[in-house]
Amino acid sequence: MNPIVKALLFLFSCVFTHNFIFSRFLGCCPFLGVSSRLETAFGMGMAVTFVMALASLFTYFVYHWILIPLGLEYLCTIAFILVIAALVQVVEMFLKKSAPSLYGALGIYLPLITTNCAVLGVTLLNVTESYNLLYSVLNGVFGALGFLLAIVLMAGVRERLESAKIAKPLQGFPISLVIAGLMSLAFLGFSNMFSGVM
Amino acid sequence: MERKSSLKSVFLNGVLTENPTFRLVLGTCPTMAVTTSAINGVGMGAAATFVLIGSNIVISLLRHFIPDEIRIPSFIVVICTFVTMVQMFLQAYLPTLYESLGIFIPLIVVNCIILARAEAFASKNSVLYSAMDGLGMGVGFTLALTLIGGIRELFGNGTIFGLDVFGASYQPMILLILPAGGFIVFGLLLAVFNVISEKAAAGRKTGKEAEAE
Repeated sequence: MNPIVKALLFLFSCVFTHNFIFSRFLGCCPFLGVSSRLETAFGMGMAVTFVMALASLFTYFVYHWILIPLGLEYLCTIAFILVIAALVQVVEMFLKKSAPSLYGALGIYLPLITTNCAVLGVTLLNVTESYNLLYSVLNGVFGALGFLLAIVLMAGVRERLESAKIAKPLQGFPISLVIAGLMSLAFLGFSNMFSGVM
Repeated sequence: MERKSSLKSVFLNGVLTENPTFRLVLGTCPTMAVTTSAINGVGMGAAATFVLIGSNIVISLLRHFIPDEIRIPSFIVVICTFVTMVQMFLQAYLPTLYESLGIFIPLIVVNCIILARAEAFASKNSVLYSAMDGLGMGVGFTLALTLIGGIRELFGNGTIFGLDVFGASYQPMILLILPAGGFIVFGLLLAVFNVISEKAAAGRKTGKEAEAE
């Protein structure tokens, strides 16, 4: 198959068919926790995209240049989480100095990203699926864009929910989860779209 | 005697009053991702329980030595050590469970329950109490995962722990095995637990009032 078509199909599957939230269940905590306002949801999504792209890039080099030559593949979880924690710290300091407005917008979400399982998840997926450098980074960027799409859609729905009458036990998390389930069903529709081509 | 009873209350706190899944709503990713069958729920719960107890004990032992500024990275390294141990153990002795839990085993590292207990409990309490807290939270998490997994397996596949329940004529509700089912079952169970805990709180209140009279 044409490599460009293949790459485009891969990108589509990252965002829609294998959406991080709706089909892989990665990053559900921030998805439920910071999706009550559209603005903050967008900020969180952007911060995650930024960190996931960088994390995919750096962990690729850490894995292939350090862990494999030393025969330490079993340490990849511990190595990756340290890379991510350091990365988040560096990104935070860098943004604080060079782009204070962006830092102001993302500020509080940055430290939270270390424990976002989507970030560690994408780096581990890159290893288990043995993607090359290009595909690892694309997986990071577009997987994160799928997360951004999901969290923004969710925030849009939840803003409307505020004016709806909801039975008391369902208020808060339960109704959000049921809505996420329905959205996940909608995303399921994408899953067989390219089954003939792939 | 008093010491014993408070150890018990620490345990029950994790299982019931502050159940990590249904009361605190922490660690939602594995809760929905691996619970396509009851046995997966038990496996995930047991792995998380081991990590919780181990990391709580070590962090509690080290609580006077870890400087405050770098406590989060230190906690993560401790947790990660135990997760790697669990991962290797499962890979060696329970390869089928390892396959079905997949990426969610290494992701126990970023499970918020474990970091939350390290930060909120183990870094402030003695070793025995921290271990008990880890056990309580772990059991609470395991029970919750098994319940969700059991419901999804029962209606989505017609089996429970792999045993056929409804017979061959049952048409399984595939929806519950799909990711969407995870969200919906968890959401509805949360609502049920909200009702129960409200009822329990109301009952306790009236009981106290009756006692006062």
